Amino acid sequence: MSSADFTTLSPEILMAVYVMVGLLLAVYTAKDRIAPMLVWATSAFFVLIAVWIGFSGSGDAEAFGGMFHDDAFSRFAKVTVLLSAASILLMSQSYMERRGLLRFEYPLLVTLSVIGMMVMVSAGDLMSLYMGLELQSLALYVIASLRRDSAKSTEAGLKYFVLGALSSGLLLYGASLTYGFAGTTLFSGIIAAAGEGTASLGLLFGLVFIAAGLAFKVSAAPFHMWTPDVYEGAPTPVTAFFATAPKVAAMALLARVVHDAFGGVAGDWRQVIAALSVASMFLGAIAAIGQTNIKRLMAYSSINHMGFALMGLASGTAFGVQAMLVYMAIYVVMNIGTFAFILTMERDGVPVLRVDALNNYAKREPTKALAMLVLMFSMAGVPPLVGFFGKFYVLTAAVEADMAWLAVLGVIASAIAAYYYLRIVYYMYFGEETEALNGGKSPVLWGFIVASAVIMVIGVVNLFGIEGAAALAAETLVN
Amino acid sequence: MIGLEHYLTVAAALFVIGIFGLFVNRKNVIIILMSVELMLLAVNINFVAFSAYLGDLVGQVFTLFVLTVAAAEAAIGLAILVCFFRNRGTIAVEDVNVMKG
Repeated sequence: MSSADFTTLSPEILMAVYVMVGLLLAVYTAKDRIAPMLVWATSAFFVLIAVWIGFSGSGDAEAFGGMFHDDAFSRFAKVTVLLSAASILLMSQSYMERRGLLRFEYPLLVTLSVIGMMVMVSAGDLMSLYMGLELQSLALYVIASLRRDSAKSTEAGLKYFVLGALSSGLLLYGASLTYGFAGTTLFSGIIAAAGEGTASLGLLFGLVFIAAGLAFKVSAAPFHMWTPDVYEGAPTPVTAFFATAPKVAAMALLARVVHDAFGGVAGDWRQVIAALSVASMFLGAIAAIGQTNIKRLMAYSSINHMGFALMGLASGTAFGVQAMLVYMAIYVVMNIGTFAFILTMERDGVPVLRVDALNNYAKREPTKALAMLVLMFSMAGVPPLVGFFGKFYVLTAAVEADMAWLAVLGVIASAIAAYYYLRIVYYMYFGEETEALNGGKSPVLWGFIVASAVIMVIGVVNLFGIEGAAALAAETLVN
Repeated sequence: MIGLEHYLTVAAALFVIGIFGLFVNRKNVIIILMSVELMLLAVNINFVAFSAYLGDLVGQVFTLFVLTVAAAEAAIGLAILVCFFRNRGTIAVEDVNVMKG
């Protein structure tokens, strides 16, 4: 333990100190009255840290004897996580304030979970993996039940807690088997013990248990059952948070575990990940069709998207990891825009979440309807929008890795999924005349909806250069 | 002579009992919390057994982390359960059903 270790870890330490100071400040001063200020401050703080990590970091650094890695891969994931969390905080402020939900704990709990995610994506040891994951999950359980007086929100928190605890249990059991059969918890030691091509049965069991535990966190089928309920029950800004930052972190962690710790036995985990990918793509596509609540629909949509991101990972190559990172970055931007739109869906100040409440929306709010149309087309993967390029990337990765069957299944699933995205567009443009939605004059939300739609259109020029960053990130992970 | 296999068998049995307690139990959410705890403790037996077998302390360090996190997890679980009870007046598993999933 030296000062170099602490320098590597300084963003996380700084954020932890920020949370402690924020808690003390809020408790000893105005409590919930400073919450709006705290939301803005936290959001600005995230952006600052993201800029710091994005521009200052270079090369690979290890801290605490290899337990913590600071490399291009973790920096890419951290910047994505921080920027999406900052956007979600800004989006949630007015919504939560009007409903009396804006307590000062909210931005601080989000910060704690973001610290957890940053540790997760940097983990180089089963212990730091577990501690990061739990810091993230424990904060998220509390945020899910933030609306203490609502049966739905507390039920969402309870369900999330029970299944989250089960998934940590599975992950830990896998970690204990891996430790026992590899003799170490360090990823660098595990990859040496696993060897090339043949791992012992105990290590394989460990790998499968760890993969199952992480599949819970990314809500990949068949470990998805908590997702629709938690998405529906949690307050909408919290749902938006669940759909973005934790997904990126868990996916990055899964990539790190399979490549850093089990890179030698790629043949074994590629089948597992491919199976998860197919199940998620089809479940997300088919189960969403009957949904009338737009948050449940978005839950299945995110399961479907996770299937595509896993497809990139299943190819087991550096290009596959790059495709997965690009896909996740695009997914996050699309989801931020869509959830900003969902936050504006209200009638006389009451949130309306039925999909058919969007009937004839385009006549009253042409700009927002057009932006939503772009976002939905992008989610469905219609060329020439950015969402298409995300899908194109992962499909190419699968084909190049001799998994053409996986790519074909992916195309079929995305065609099925297009149905429910287009249905939303249909309601907005051709629906019957019904009672109008009249809320959502917030300029912040309007800005997020339009900005993410514009990104979906002009991003096709060069994807804002994230390809290069993702390629660099993938190369440091797969070598 | 009690060897590594015996410890691993006990841990595996406890772990499976924990999973079954989580899924089969239809009565009480508290029992679910106990099952989660049982799973984590089964993992701890695994870690300590491996640690002793390998002559390596890392496993025991991991166990201490797991114990700490399990305590935090139980605290948060009970807090959420109290909020749930205030809203619904019951903690029976069958009544956790406002949303169908």
